[in-house]
Amino acid sequence: MAQQIHLEVVTPAGAVVSEDVDIVNAPGYGGDFGVLANHAPFLSTIKIGLLTYEKGNERKSLMISGGFSEVSNNKITFLVESAEEGSQIDVDRAMKAKERAEKRLSQAAAQDDNFNTVRAEAALQRALARLKASKVA
Amino acid sequence: MPSLKDVQDKIVGVKKTSQITSAMNMVASAKLRGAQEKMENFEPYANKFNETMSTLSGGGNTDQFPLMEVRDVKNVELVVITSDRGLCGSFNSNIIQLAEKKIREYEAEGKNISIVCVGKKAFQLLKKTGNVRAQFTDIMSDFQMFNAREIAQDVATQFTNGETDKVEVIYGHFQSVAIQKPVVQDMLPITPSETDGESETETQAVGDYIYEPSTEEIMDVMQPLYLNVIIYNAMLQVGASEHAARMTAMDNATNACKDIVSDLTLVYNKARQAAVTGELMDIVGGAEALKG
Repeated sequence: MAQQIHLEVVTPAGAVVSEDVDIVNAPGYGGDFGVLANHAPFLSTIKIGLLTYEKGNERKSLMISGGFSEVSNNKITFLVESAEEGSQIDVDRAMKAKERAEKRLSQAAAQDDNFNTVRAEAALQRALARLKASKVA
Repeated sequence: MPSLKDVQDKIVGVKKTSQITSAMNMVASAKLRGAQEKMENFEPYANKFNETMSTLSGGGNTDQFPLMEVRDVKNVELVVITSDRGLCGSFNSNIIQLAEKKIREYEAEGKNISIVCVGKKAFQLLKKTGNVRAQFTDIMSDFQMFNAREIAQDVATQFTNGETDKVEVIYGHFQSVAIQKPVVQDMLPITPSETDGESETETQAVGDYIYEPSTEEIMDVMQPLYLNVIIYNAMLQVGASEHAARMTAMDNATNACKDIVSDLTLVYNKARQAAVTGELMDIVGGAEALKG
């Protein structure tokens, strides 16, 4: 049995995941990164995206939104604003949110509205991450 | 002596009031449970956050961050957080009193004051000072992290623009169901590393971290989040305190109602007895007269 790392996902609404896993993949600031057991102490900001982890033959994914993660003492902690399990995501709603965000994005871009562009982009990213998470699960 | 009817009406009225107050007590205790749960759920996030924050600020150079800049204090901003609704004893007025005391102190030192009101009661009670810069009302009954973020961003923008040099948060700290204390917490400038004893020794043992992208850029992300955490935490505390205070207040009111009812019942019985006695006297007097 390979060594494991303890994964914790914490949001303001409480802890979402707390278990020992084999590998964690997460969307870091500079791109996705993977963490195995006994990783060196590490701190990174997290973008909106997909967090996946494997344990034996099990593979799970979460949609997470911005925050940061910390690795220390063979433990990886994600502090994010929200985390949703793939199996719990409402695909229809995410689909609609995606379409809405795309429409808003093109509107905002046409009007050169910086503030709304940023907002629509974030919404689009969240919707895409949700869709991805629901497919992997 | 009030008439029998008057006393009876009053008893009925007071009993109805006590029904309302005891119902409010039960509602408040149910809501308190929810608010306390929300507070407990937030705790691991806040703890971990503060731990990481102190690890970070221990390492890097702290002067270069706009949110950490220590300036000569000329303009002070107070973020006053209360509940939206009243009927919770002296909970809100205690917070307001503390805020007013702070305002007097700063004014005596010749500083300019601006106030950000969170919760309707804060606005209602502080608008007469004429210093209210912004208000966020009707959010206390069901707020989320993004409500806190909105407030934190607003306050942070004022600070980085140089409109304010120091920001303090005043809110009702939830100590227990029986005790809620108004407290003042520093918010801006962010002071490096809260020496939290235990967490420090733990993080020091870990040694140096690999930072991605860099300490500075991580701090740029973390600091606004840190402000969110402060505001959100304060709002959670106020939320729980409000319900606890209302529970106590309504319990007292229900007890007071009971006392009044028992007093009034005594008055009613005395009046009734007097009436009965009077009638008896009349009958006896009439019978005596008939006997002749």
